[in-house]
This record gives sequence, C-alpha cells and structure tokens, in this order.
Amino acid sequence: MDTTLHLQLQPLDWLQLFLYFFSVSLLAVGGAIATAPDMHRHLVEQQGWLTELQFNTSIVLAQAAPGPNVLFIALLGWNLGLNTGNGTQLAWAAGALGALVCMLGIMLPSSLLTWAATRWAHKNRERRAVRAFKQGMAPLVIGLILATAWVLGKAHGDAARDWPLWLLTTVTTLLVWRTRLHLLWLLAGGALLGALGWV
Amino acid sequence: MTTTPATTERPRPGSLRELFWAFTWLALQGFGGVLAVVQRELVERRRWMTNEEFMEDWAVAQILPGPNVVNLSLMVGDRHFGARGAVVAVAGMLLLPMLLVVSVAAVYAAFATHPMVVGALRGMGAVAAGLVAGVGCRLMGALARHPLGPLPCALVVTITLVAMTVLRLPLAWVLPVVGGMACTLTWRKLPA
Repeated sequence: MDTTLHLQLQPLDWLQLFLYFFSVSLLAVGGAIATAPDMHRHLVEQQGWLTELQFNTSIVLAQAAPGPNVLFIALLGWNLGLNTGNGTQLAWAAGALGALVCMLGIMLPSSLLTWAATRWAHKNRERRAVRAFKQGMAPLVIGLILATAWVLGKAHGDAARDWPLWLLTTVTTLLVWRTRLHLLWLLAGGALLGALGWV
Repeated sequence: MTTTPATTERPRPGSLRELFWAFTWLALQGFGGVLAVVQRELVERRRWMTNEEFMEDWAVAQILPGPNVVNLSLMVGDRHFGARGAVVAVAGMLLLPMLLVVSVAAVYAAFATHPMVVGALRGMGAVAAGLVAGVGCRLMGALARHPLGPLPCALVVTITLVAMTVLRLPLAWVLPVVGGMACTLTWRKLPA
C-alpha cells in the first residue's frame, strides 16, 4: 500500500470530510460510483488527502470484494485515516474512524430521503399516478439491468482474444435464467477457472 | 418458472435479527454488485416479495439518490418493521461487508500481482456479468402481465438498453425521457 502521505488532520478537517460526503450524497443518483470523479477532484487533487494509487485501488477492491460497491467510500476513508496515523499503532483506529465518517456522511442524506419518499409512495399507493409510475418503470428497470450486465461484460475487452470470458458470461447468463443453481457455485466456478488460467 | 404464485399469505421476516442476517448474507454473496443476489434471495428463496414488487421497488431505489441496493434494503426493512427495520436492514447490508472489505484492503497489497489472484478476479468478473444478465432475463417473464402488453414492453427494454450502451446517454436523460414515456402510456391503460 502506498503510504507516502503523512497528514495531520485537525477535528475541523474531520468535520469538513464528513460534510463533504454529506453534501455529495444527494447528487449520487445512479449509484455512488457516479460521483467518484468529484471525490477524486476533492480528495486527491484539491485536499491532497489521498494518493492517486489509493483512490484507484479503493474502487477496484470494493468492486472485487462482496458487498455493495458503495463500500469503496469506506476504503477511501480507511486509507485517509491510515495516512494520518503515520504507521503508528493509532493508524488502524484512525482508519476505522475515517471509514465511519465517510460512510455516515454519504449514507445519511440519501437514506433519509429514500425513507420519506417510500413512506409517501406507500401512503398514496392507490393513486393512479403512483401505480402508473411503479408499473410503467418495470420495462425500463429491466433495460437498465441488462445495460449493467453489458457494462460489466465489456470489461472483458477484445472478443477475439478474450472469447473464453464472453463464453463464461453467456453460460452463466443461461444458468441463472434457466436453473436455480446457487449463485455462489457459479462465482466459485468462475474463480477456479480464472485461477487455473483457463479463461 | 420465472413467476411467483400470487398468494395473499406470503412469508415475511420473523424478527429484526432475521432481517439483519438476511441482508448480511445477501451482501456477502454479492461479488461485483448485489443486484443479482437480491432478486434470488428476496424473491425466489425467501419469497418476501414478488418479481413485480421487486421491479417496482427497484425503480424507486434507482431513481432516488444513494446506492440502489441500500435503498432497496431500507424499503424492505421499513415495510416490515418500520424505521427500526430500515436501520437494521441497512446495517445488515453494510456492517460486516465493510469489515470484510477493509480486511481485504489490509492484506491486498501482498497478493495484488499474484497471477492466480488476478486470474480468479477475471473469472469472477465474467461470472458477475452473467449473473446480472441472467436476472434481467428472468424478470422479463414478469412483464407478461404488464398493462402495456408484451410488445411495447420489449420496445421500452430495447430502447433503454440501446440508449445506455450504444448511445451512452446519461441516466439523467434516459430516466425522465424513456421512463416518462413508459409511465404515461401505462397511466392511460390503468383504470382510474
């Protein structure tokens, strides 16, 4: 891990960090990853609190590890905290503090809004407009899900060279669609094929 | 096969503890995103919601700011246990996975360039894409009973897919334009 940064953060800096994520939260329509460019601008370029490598690794790791991808923000906070600990025993505590501060900041506003909106929609669920909205969005949701799969699959790169990866994706699609095979078996199979260098 | 029977007596989480662990378990299976696992676990295994409800909630979760799987867990938790349920479901979705991802980050540096690790991640990435595509295909079965009818539904699916992948239009345009169109047409088909 790149630990070339040695920061001295004051309580006000931690508050400012919290408020930054708090303010970005409501802009994160379409997932927190959509706001990653702005986080890069603020944390890496403007404040100099994270290195380029720490920023990129946080995103890659959060996508590879299980759990919601928004956890990359916990990793940003973790790394930022480590940078303030200067390799002392306090570094891990500072990392944990950083992860918590950033996650609370990003989650609170959007969660409160979702909670209020859901309550409103539930109270008015018999209204024709609410029903039309919820049902009308269904085909669009499927389109978006297929588009997400497309974006994930495109990371495979060149179809002529990486055709085994495309084949693996296609077979997985058919298995999920047509069988009730547990998803963990599929993931384990993919990991094994990859580790053996077959795909 | 892709449809869930429409019964009035449906299973629901029995306790806050069950809710917490259901979402933790679900999140821990979600490599490369949790979407595919949510549909499998909540609709097909636990039957807390139908495919139709899943798509309705997902639409709302997608439109509101914030991570959509977290929004969805909040909505499910709130429906069964109120505000406490919402907090517990979100905590289940985030707490243990956060510990895990930080632990992974702490040991990652040592194995980052190991060819077997790189290969395994490649393979899992390819499977993750297939999981999401497979769930999309399964959900299409639920469109059979949609008020718009199968053909207009297929058209909306295709327009959305093309707009997002080939034309690469921002979601902030696709949602109001395509979604607005689909909702207006649906509104005209619904009884008042």
